[in-house]
Amino acid sequence: MLRIKSDQKQRVTLTVNDKTVSGFAQPRLLLTDFLRHELGLYGTHVGCEHGVCGACTIIIDDVATRSCLRYAVQCDGMKLRTVEGLEDVDGTLNALQKAFNENGALQCGFCTAGILMSATKFLQENPKPNRDEVRDMLSGHICRCTGYEQIVRAILQASGQ
Amino acid sequence: MLETETAERWIGARYPRKEDAALLTGNARFIDDLEPVAGIRHSAILRSDHAHACIVSIDTSKAAALPGVHGVVTGAAVADTIAPIPSAVRVPIKFYPIAIDKVRYVGEPVAVVVAEDRYIAEDAIELIDVVYEPLSATADPKIAMSENALLLHDDVGSNVVHHRTFRYGDPEAAFERADRVVKLDWRYPRYSSTPMETYGLIANFERQPDRYTLWSNFQGPFILHALMTGALGVPGNRLRLITAPHSGGSFGIKQAMFPYMVLLAACSRVLGCPVKWIEDRLEHLTGSSTAADRADSVEAAFAEDGELLGLKFDNVVNVGAFVRAPEPASVYRMHSASNGCYRVKNIAVENRLVVTNTTPIGLNRGYGGPQFYYALERVMEAGAKELGVDPAEIRRRNFIQPDEFPYKAPAGATYDSGDYEAGLNQAMELAAYDDLKAARENARSDGKLFGIGMAAGIEPSGSNMAYVTLAQTPEERAKAGGRSGGLGTATVSVDPSGSVTVKTVSTPAGQGHQTVAAQVVADALGLRPDQVDVITEVDTLTSAWSLASGNYANRFSSVVIGAVADAADKVAKKIKLIAAENLEVAPEDVELVGGNAQVVGVPEKALPVRRVAAQTHWHPAGLPDQMEPGLFETTIMNPEMLDAPDEQDRVASAVTFGYVFDLAAVEIDRKTGEIEIVKYVSVHDVGNVLNEIVVEGQIYGGFAHGLGGALLEELVYDAGANPQSGTFADYLCITAPEVPELTIGHFNTPSPHNTLGAKGMGDGSSMLAPIAIANAAADALGTFDIELPLTLNKNWAAANGLPYARAGSAKAKVGGGPREADNFEGGLTGDGSVELSAPPEEVWKLLLDPDTLAAVVPGCEELNQVGEDSFTAEVTIGVAGIKGVYSAEINLRDKIDAQSLRLVGKASGALGFGQGEGNVTLEAAGDSRTRLNYSYRANVGGKVAAVGQRMLGTVTKLLIGQFFRGFDRRLKSSGAGQTSRKGFFGRLFGGRDA
Ligand code: FES
Ligand code: FES
Repeated sequence: MLRIKSDQKQRVTLTVNDKTVSGFAQPRLLLTDFLRHELGLYGTHVGCEHGVCGACTIIIDDVATRSCLRYAVQCDGMKLRTVEGLEDVDGTLNALQKAFNENGALQCGFCTAGILMSATKFLQENPKPNRDEVRDMLSGHICRCTGYEQIVRAILQASGQ
Repeated sequence: MLETETAERWIGARYPRKEDAALLTGNARFIDDLEPVAGIRHSAILRSDHAHACIVSIDTSKAAALPGVHGVVTGAAVADTIAPIPSAVRVPIKFYPIAIDKVRYVGEPVAVVVAEDRYIAEDAIELIDVVYEPLSATADPKIAMSENALLLHDDVGSNVVHHRTFRYGDPEAAFERADRVVKLDWRYPRYSSTPMETYGLIANFERQPDRYTLWSNFQGPFILHALMTGALGVPGNRLRLITAPHSGGSFGIKQAMFPYMVLLAACSRVLGCPVKWIEDRLEHLTGSSTAADRADSVEAAFAEDGELLGLKFDNVVNVGAFVRAPEPASVYRMHSASNGCYRVKNIAVENRLVVTNTTPIGLNRGYGGPQFYYALERVMEAGAKELGVDPAEIRRRNFIQPDEFPYKAPAGATYDSGDYEAGLNQAMELAAYDDLKAARENARSDGKLFGIGMAAGIEPSGSNMAYVTLAQTPEERAKAGGRSGGLGTATVSVDPSGSVTVKTVSTPAGQGHQTVAAQVVADALGLRPDQVDVITEVDTLTSAWSLASGNYANRFSSVVIGAVADAADKVAKKIKLIAAENLEVAPEDVELVGGNAQVVGVPEKALPVRRVAAQTHWHPAGLPDQMEPGLFETTIMNPEMLDAPDEQDRVASAVTFGYVFDLAAVEIDRKTGEIEIVKYVSVHDVGNVLNEIVVEGQIYGGFAHGLGGALLEELVYDAGANPQSGTFADYLCITAPEVPELTIGHFNTPSPHNTLGAKGMGDGSSMLAPIAIANAAADALGTFDIELPLTLNKNWAAANGLPYARAGSAKAKVGGGPREADNFEGGLTGDGSVELSAPPEEVWKLLLDPDTLAAVVPGCEELNQVGEDSFTAEVTIGVAGIKGVYSAEINLRDKIDAQSLRLVGKASGALGFGQGEGNVTLEAAGDSRTRLNYSYRANVGGKVAAVGQRMLGTVTKLLIGQFFRGFDRRLKSSGAGQTSRKGFFGRLFGGRDA
């Protein structure tokens, strides 16, 4: 087994939004800190750092994951998708982002990236969800601004309903 | 294309927000995303894990020696660098942003470590050795007020740090003349809107000239700038505050970060480097700010026909360990509107502010509103019950009538406009009130607990900075000099390229200020909102700001937007003048439409607005006579009604008064205590709606906060004032599945107090939902003696006629002096018994054998006998994923051979501390077996209590179970004649084999 000293930095290389990027991380560096402060991907936010609020959710190897509960070194070689990679190829807002805008599904926007990433994965697995399924999915996220109703509407709209 | 892209008037349109695109794509920048200055170091704050203690010593040497640590700053160094932060009440309390020689609440800063990165800084705070001498502590204001309570601030001479009484009309006569008097006593819980983004700041002190610069997500009010300069000892222009472009929610909470701004500014000065601090969630839930919890009572005098004759409020505010500015404002924000929506003229108010060993309070959504309406709107409901009239009817009977506006309230507020009965009627209709009542009858006849409740309230917006001075007597105010006003500022400028930029200095945290300001300016200049850029952040060196600047008290749509409209009008006027000269028509004949300045009725005679505006820069000589070149208009709006309080303590506290009427129907399950909200209707008068998406968002958001306060959210303290809600798994925010369907109704009575007719809004149901739901629950349960939040166990107890375990109320011990470890009431209690495989004498012997104990105490690394009946130990225990080493001292008392003993002990470590005692009795259980009975109580504090509370009970039981299983195994293997000495392998595995 490879042993790394606790204060020794090692190179971590991963694919983020289809681009190969790399940086250095001590074994205990959280993935959130690595993404934000090492790679400069500030779109992923940290609301609690203990796995409850969902703000830090990103997609790792096709699974919606709380990045505050991962170490960067655990993700070496993996494929990540973050909010920075959501726009359509032509650089315009994708259907989900547009629906958030049109329905007023965000206010301060701090929780939004995490919710967008969860909702993206959710809609891939359940393209025509009903209201209660959407509300249920959202139970893994805390939003203090919106009261959730407009988020539910936006996700339903993005699903074409 | 959205229909609104072709709208003729942008204000009032459902225009999607300008802010969103950056936020939806990860391009928006918040405070933790900024590196505004080179060489930033990172900090972590060591916080007190004692609720009340003297600091005997602080040893920072190990922390300072850790590689990567730049320096450690303690209270002593801070006190050498800055002065105490001034307060709004004149009491002899020295408020520093860090503990100096005493800690007064868990979470109070004790030292700051500055290091290369946050990880190292956090390692280092665990190496700081603080010796505390604990004092008795309480989180309960009623206990803190009592005669023999230990004082938090000796120089004050009392824990009641502010006390004033007020009379309007003739309350005594009103109560005399009343047919019925209704009285309620209650506790209002402590909760917080906990923005998703915590506090964050970067502080930089520069020499030559001495200047502090602070980048932060502070929300204002910028009147606090004056307090910060006071503490830092610099003139205003040497404290530069800059806010981040985006802020992740605030709800009032980010007002209270100013002590941290002062603290980190001091650290930057002491250590000579820029310092960054991003608060973590545990810090936020224990050390930032919260709404006030209260221990109040209210009395209402009614005539037989339901007329409300008089009110008496007795308010006891738990202000926390310090009176942090702008407190005691929370109890004065609603004061001048103490009559609520009603015509009652006779009002008595008594306000007491009490310091306790809890986090200091501050602004929070609805600021003082939920607590006020919890009094007024419950006593109205109780009055209706008492008089046997419908709760809707008793409100109708007392509402201020539409033709009475502007209405001068007895305590000084001037209500601008309203129609309270119309709102009530609309709610009744939307709720199908008669059907609901029928449903209630049906449910009740089936034995179900079904209730309906309502609440009506006005929403004061755009505060008068002077209302806080009600905390002083008229004489004190006269001496201090006048205070009044609530200036709103805005700048509209057009640059040489003809692009329009608006500056609002309004520090939004998600309220859509950019969008709404752009709509207003677009209308004035004949542009589209996307052609108008809006800058909302503040830089106190370059922005046009004033004391009231910032984002609070719903001031954007009641005051700031008026300033934006005025500035835009001035710019429009100038553009029209120039265009008129170029088009050779009178200025009145020019209109700004579709990006053009055109002649009314002759659209082909037109010039692009951009070109006309640019002329003010490019060709000043060609401007109309007397016109100043350039195009920058700054407006300062001072709502003229915001005067100083008069000698009778009457003050116009706010500019606009919106209105909310909420109705809730609930069903409570007698078996589980589960409460279901069957129906919720909320009707709003926000004056003219500026942007429907934004208004709707505020209504839903406010409702969710109110719901949280009603059902789930509480910052719990135990009897020893240890906070128990340090994570989002303990402090339960409302999530999507808990939000019931909300039916919204609108009507509007435009405000005459700004050109747009808009009123402040944003508190909304955050103030009324707790009350409407409490009223519905009271109706369901048949008692007003309930307490928020309406958690399952409380509802279940009330539904089954059982006594209600009240939060934190407790059997806390009152009295001075350090608490004796063997004489206290513990928060954690339990008992049990086990049967052991040896006779009592054998058990007794083994129980007192240090080697045995070392082997079977779970996690025991080391155990030493230091006196006949005294032991010390090092134990590793993990709770809720945080594992720590604790040093323990254990004493055996009251030993009766082979029968019973008492253990008294305490333990402490970097993650917290505990003290407790246990009783053990042995009795023979035949066949050389023993029944051992035990009971214990313990108090646990510090991080481990705050984040692991929900697990502590279980972990304790688990550890006890492990102990006895190990112990019994040991009994069996030792047998009567065997030695208790253990071999090497036994020692190695003995402690962990349970
Ligand atoms: S920051 Fe990861 S769940 Fe809250
Ligand atoms: S939009 Fe602010 S927390 Fe969700």
